[in-house]
Amino acid sequence: MSTREKVGWGIGGLIIIVYCLFPVAWIISLSFKSSDDISNGQFLPTAFSGENYEQILVGDAAGLFLPALVNSFGICLIATFISCLLSMFAAYAIARLDFPGKKLILSTALAVAIFPVISIVTPLFNLWRQIGLYNTWPGLIIPYLSLTLPISIWTLSAFFREIPWEMEQAAQVDGATPWQAFRKVIVPLAAPGVFTTAIIAFFLAWNDFVYGISLTSTEAARPVPAALGLFSGASQFESPNGPIAAAAVIVTIPVVLLVLLFQRRIVAGLTNGAVKG
Amino acid sequence: MASIEMSHIVKQYGDGYPAVNDVSLDIADGEFMILVGPSGCGKSTLLRMIVGLEDITSGDMVIAGDRVNDKAPRDRNLSMVFQNYALYPHLSVFENIAFPLRLAKVSDDEVRRRVEEAADILELREHLQRKPANLSGGQRQRVAMGRAIVRAADAFLFDEPLSNLDAKLRGQMRTEIARLQRRLGITTVYVTHDQTEAMTLGDRVCVLRKGVIQQVASPRELYEQPVNLFVAGFIGSPPMNFLPATVDGTALSTPFGTIELGQERAEKIQGRDLLLVGIRPEYFEDASLVDEAKKPYGSTFTARVDVTEWLGDAQYAYIPYEAPTEVAEQLKELSRELDSDQLRTQAVVSIDSTSRIREGREAEFWLDARKIHVFDPKTGENLTRDAEAGRKLTEMAAEDRVEQVERAKV
Repeated sequence: MSTREKVGWGIGGLIIIVYCLFPVAWIISLSFKSSDDISNGQFLPTAFSGENYEQILVGDAAGLFLPALVNSFGICLIATFISCLLSMFAAYAIARLDFPGKKLILSTALAVAIFPVISIVTPLFNLWRQIGLYNTWPGLIIPYLSLTLPISIWTLSAFFREIPWEMEQAAQVDGATPWQAFRKVIVPLAAPGVFTTAIIAFFLAWNDFVYGISLTSTEAARPVPAALGLFSGASQFESPNGPIAAAAVIVTIPVVLLVLLFQRRIVAGLTNGAVKG
Repeated sequence: MASIEMSHIVKQYGDGYPAVNDVSLDIADGEFMILVGPSGCGKSTLLRMIVGLEDITSGDMVIAGDRVNDKAPRDRNLSMVFQNYALYPHLSVFENIAFPLRLAKVSDDEVRRRVEEAADILELREHLQRKPANLSGGQRQRVAMGRAIVRAADAFLFDEPLSNLDAKLRGQMRTEIARLQRRLGITTVYVTHDQTEAMTLGDRVCVLRKGVIQQVASPRELYEQPVNLFVAGFIGSPPMNFLPATVDGTALSTPFGTIELGQERAEKIQGRDLLLVGIRPEYFEDASLVDEAKKPYGSTFTARVDVTEWLGDAQYAYIPYEAPTEVAEQLKELSRELDSDQLRTQAVVSIDSTSRIREGREAEFWLDARKIHVFDPKTGENLTRDAEAGRKLTEMAAEDRVEQVERAKV
């Protein structure tokens, strides 16, 4: 690649990065502005202030934000875990076994994934109130599974299909039961896929707003995105933009951490060398 | 160590197509058996039925005296080397080899001892801590073999283990496998479509065609006394030439002149009109280089050479000939079935590398009539097969094997 091409690519990349990350930078900058500085008309705060963070972590809004943070973490982690476990078995069956209705399962999963959330949420609201799931953790975990399972099954079955079947047969000839072959050979090989799926599933649940705002009423189960919508300013004439920005920054941190942490695990090509090279 | 007995094994797929059809084969304890045939002949399916990865539709599979039809692969105590090696990429070479032992809950010390023993045999000692992805093709192949030999399995099964290696390495590994098998004296079933492997490795070779056994015999018997057109065409490289022929007294008239058969063989083909005569490339020679003493055993003819290939140790000449359409169709069909696509009817002739015969010239050839075979073009049956001579060749091979195993034990 010539120098000119390199420079071209560099500039192009830079433009895209700036375009993507500018809103994030803006939110961060906003979160450090004090309430009377918010409309200062410039990108950077006049003076950096921790006022907003203070407000949501220990101040007025803490009662709203902190339980919501706990709820979000708890609900999303549980939903992710369950969906990974279920989709692992489902995807394995879909990739390996030939059974009637296989296509039906896959297309149903797809149908569920494209079904608009807003059309289910009203009946779900009524049903949950009747059977006592309204405003509880399971009341959110179950709909979150409907968000995360289809995509998990699809991505994982693609991963499982990549694993050569001979691996498993070799394990069986070596003396493994089908369960041992699955646990000692297939699962380690699918690990990158499982991590990828887990991260996608976690994001889907973490970012949900509609279920969160509709199926909860108190801090017993309300997740962060819903709680953000309920922030109010110090007076009714003041918009709560600062605290919302601060909360948005805080909820972005786990997502960023998650990606950085598992980046290494999402290494493609782990199966290289298993078969002929 | 065990014998493997198959009787009337059938494998039928969902659509009713029999991939393996009524195969009965006994493999003796410690024998090296080769399953060979063109692609789609059912050899891999048969191997997978032995190891238990494929269900048996009907028939009995008996290993070491036990009927294993309904046993899971793990209960059959066989070890297998897969075509693509199927190494576990997340485990080190050590753990790959140790895998069967770990599953059998062998103690750590014992695992270490046995893995190192296997690694020494296969010269993998310095690679034990590496991952399969970092090994060369030949090393991976050895790891796969290590995993097979580390546990005291009743038999080894190989599914085209060398087909992913380059030609030079394939030759080395071939002798390595032969040495290993003799040393361990374990019953081995080896699937291949490469006939060099079939000829060099096997005590006996089983030739399959469309799921049906054609002939089970020592490589020598297959080569010298093939039972039909298919076996004759499959075994040998370059392949046997088939020429159309008509009977003329005790002689055959062919595009390459008249070939005298002698009283005994001529009797077997009396009363037939069109026949196919099978002549191996090395039965030909440049007539000017043939010993006068040898000449009476064959006939000479002149032909125009189309192409010559000089290989240093040998030289091949290609001689086109005309064949009746009926026979040409038959030969085309046969070559398609043998995975080669012969476009024109031509004979491949092996001549001495010092021969001065060149392309495009008329040349005189000599043809050794003693070992040629005559086939019925319709049924493919070998009409001049000497079953007794064939049996002797296979017996000799069996004696050799016993001797080799004894020597390896010392």
